[in-house]
Amino acid sequence: MVEITLPKNSRVTEGKTWPRTSHATHLTEFKVYRWNPDDGENPHVDTYFVDRDDCGPMVLDALIWIKNNVDPTLTFRRSCREGVCGSCAMNIDGTNTLACTKAIDDNKTPLKIYPLPHQPVVKDLVPDLKNFYAQYASIEPWLHTVTPAPEKEWKQSHTDRTKLDGMYECILCACCSTSCPSYWWNSDRYLGPAALLQANRWVQDSRDEATGERLDNLEDPFRLYRCHTIMNCSKACPKGLNPAKEIATLKKAMVDRQV
Amino acid sequence: MIGQQPNDMRTAARRVRGLGAARSGTRDFWHQRVTSVAGIPLTIALIVIVIALLGRSHAAVVQILGSPVVAIIMLLFILNSAYHMWIGMQEIILDYLHDDKFKFLSLMANTFFVIAVGLACAFAILKLSFGV
Repeated sequence: MVEITLPKNSRVTEGKTWPRTSHATHLTEFKVYRWNPDDGENPHVDTYFVDRDDCGPMVLDALIWIKNNVDPTLTFRRSCREGVCGSCAMNIDGTNTLACTKAIDDNKTPLKIYPLPHQPVVKDLVPDLKNFYAQYASIEPWLHTVTPAPEKEWKQSHTDRTKLDGMYECILCACCSTSCPSYWWNSDRYLGPAALLQANRWVQDSRDEATGERLDNLEDPFRLYRCHTIMNCSKACPKGLNPAKEIATLKKAMVDRQV
Repeated sequence: MIGQQPNDMRTAARRVRGLGAARSGTRDFWHQRVTSVAGIPLTIALIVIVIALLGRSHAAVVQILGSPVVAIIMLLFILNSAYHMWIGMQEIILDYLHDDKFKFLSLMANTFFVIAVGLACAFAILKLSFGV
């Protein structure tokens, strides 16, 4: 069944307000979701004041500043700090996005930061994405061919190559899938926008020779057809991609091979 | 994650692969679109018919609804809407009901309801049309 309320042990409570740095003049208030699997307590929202004169412009800069200057136990994933790796995806000011490419000043204050919605939490802002990655693996994101491999590369025309634009840029940050209500209700069976965009990336690839098998594996009331073009995915994508459109392309391919 | 029990020791791949792809779903998807498109002219025709019936006597209403063209439009509207409604409700059930017992009962109830309502409406039109 749809879960409308959170289980008792997941209800978020008011947390600690951490002291502000005494000499700072330009402060921004951050409210950050905290949960520690080891202390047996409910999740809580802690309040931090970030000294903006000592901190970079992005939300990730602020999180790193908090970790370095206020609270070293604050846990989050980050790596490239330039929107390429997808590690720092989280829910900022109500929208799933990358902390490293989201400017602090583009949000309402106090700035609310939560982990990606509707995924199990490992700790604080770190979601458990095992299921998400298994779904990506299930679409077999590599070239399938029956023709023996050519001596050099598999050739592709410029026109065919441009068909992959808007898909190959996906960094699998999971912002789209975890913003999709259909994925919230059915993430055990529905592949979600990220995996479906990737599936279409291989369906559209002119070098791939397993298009039919790929479509066979997607033709399912749940895997593909739980998409109801809600379009939260396209709105959330921090890379400006359009997963809803790619899913529509997949559905069209499904119809094309029947009529 | 929905459906994952604390003592579930299956791997993520096992859970995601599940029972495999059903190899169906496109038919419902396509028919939902076809019935949507058909619904546009049929609904407009229905509104026109209902407006034409306003303020008329019982006998006149029976005569209009029983005339072949009107009766066929009404029947098409009923069949189209019933099928559209059946697919739509099934989608909603699959979205929101995950408990097997509840889900299968609802899917059956949906089918029974659509057939009963569709047939009752169609019967009413046919009765007016054939006058028996």
